[in-house]
Amino acid sequence: MIEFVMPSLGADMEDGILVEWHKKKGDAIKRGDIIADVETQKGLIEIEVFEDGVIEKLLIEPDTKVPVGTPLALINPTNKKAETIISTDAQKEASHPIAEKEITPTLNAVGVNKKIKISPLAKRVATENNINFSTLLGSGENGAITKEDVEKAIAQKQKSLANHEASGTTTEDKTKNASNSIRAAVAAAMSKSNREIPHYYLEKTIDMTKALAWMNRANKERSVKQRLLPAALLIKAVAISLREVPELNAIWDNGLQIKSDINIGFVVSLRGGGIIVPAIHAANLKTIDEIMSMLNDIIPRAKALKLRSSELSDSSITITSIGEGGADSVYGIIYPPQVAIIGFGNISEQPFAENGMLGIHPLVHVTLAADHRAIDGLTGSRFLTVLNTHLQNPESL
Amino acid sequence: MNKEEIEKIIFNSLKQIAPDTEPSKLSPDENIRETLGIDSFDFLQFIVSLDEKLNLEIPEQDYGKITTLNSLIIYLTQKIK
Repeated sequence: MIEFVMPSLGADMEDGILVEWHKKKGDAIKRGDIIADVETQKGLIEIEVFEDGVIEKLLIEPDTKVPVGTPLALINPTNKKAETIISTDAQKEASHPIAEKEITPTLNAVGVNKKIKISPLAKRVATENNINFSTLLGSGENGAITKEDVEKAIAQKQKSLANHEASGTTTEDKTKNASNSIRAAVAAAMSKSNREIPHYYLEKTIDMTKALAWMNRANKERSVKQRLLPAALLIKAVAISLREVPELNAIWDNGLQIKSDINIGFVVSLRGGGIIVPAIHAANLKTIDEIMSMLNDIIPRAKALKLRSSELSDSSITITSIGEGGADSVYGIIYPPQVAIIGFGNISEQPFAENGMLGIHPLVHVTLAADHRAIDGLTGSRFLTVLNTHLQNPESL
Repeated sequence: MNKEEIEKIIFNSLKQIAPDTEPSKLSPDENIRETLGIDSFDFLQFIVSLDEKLNLEIPEQDYGKITTLNSLIIYLTQKIK
């Protein structure tokens, strides 16, 4: 049996409201299926499952606010699949000797006969009030759930229902609430970062002549819908550079933990203020066209606050790009527990000296903010040099 | 297609990508992207939307010719002819 838990969609998320189940008891589910909608500070998120199986039981009623890690449902995995997962995991371990620890596991395999300690009275009160006591933390002897614990849960449930009814009376209110809560989420994550992470900053000016010429040629052969933007090239160039300097593609959790998958968080500014950072998974393995079509899909959904859980949870590094006509440089604040953020300023024509000659070239100021607990300036500098080399050879991106 | 019809299509497309703005309040010579806060990505969506509605591909090298409402309408009117 597998517990499907409230996933963490970033270091700043503490809880979420289960709004709606898309599956019911007995439904067969496949990896990647949307199982529920959860309201978080980052909008209404579709939550996916990472396992094939059958829903054994739904543990949480809709409109309930629960902390990250709370079991939401029990899933009976398809046997054959479970075996496959074990063997692929073993292979993964073998082929990636670098220690990798998931900070926020979405699925926890648990014993089927997990015994819950609860007093008979507490159990009766819970049952009468439709409270799922298996999710409660007991405050009694040896962690036993007491009547008081159940009463607290009842009060919490009523409060969250009342809040839910009170909020969102109009679409305008909802948008305003979403915008306020995103502001709060950004504030929490950035304050934590600035408080805890000793940032260092590096900057390199990169000549974009060859990369833009390559892109303009490529775009002439493409329909309007397939046109590329510089952001797609920059993401790909960062991703393949990280293969050569993997120390930046990591998290800091009692030490540096290098990630094997290169999942790039791309900062999207929301029109009403605030930012959201969806992930482009395995960007190093995707073509520039694939990255562009992902951006075409993900950016409008990010702006509408309609992302999926996996798109918000597993970035291993962040890119922020100011875009055309904006500021020339951006010095980012690292999104914890990541260890680096790469900033691209506006690409603009500037005087540029090369081989003793002065010319006008499109240039971009690329910055790197990195966590000095985890990596040193030399490594950061090496990354920017490698990135420059890749951007001077756009045809091999 | 007359000027008013083209204008209506432009406003609809802009409203789609920047729903919180009032494109119809743009002055003819204001920079569309700066005034409405449209980034490179939104601008590409706008070009795609014009292509769908007018069946007209605007090449990248012409982006500089369509920065204001006035210049965009003139550009589209000539292209549609």
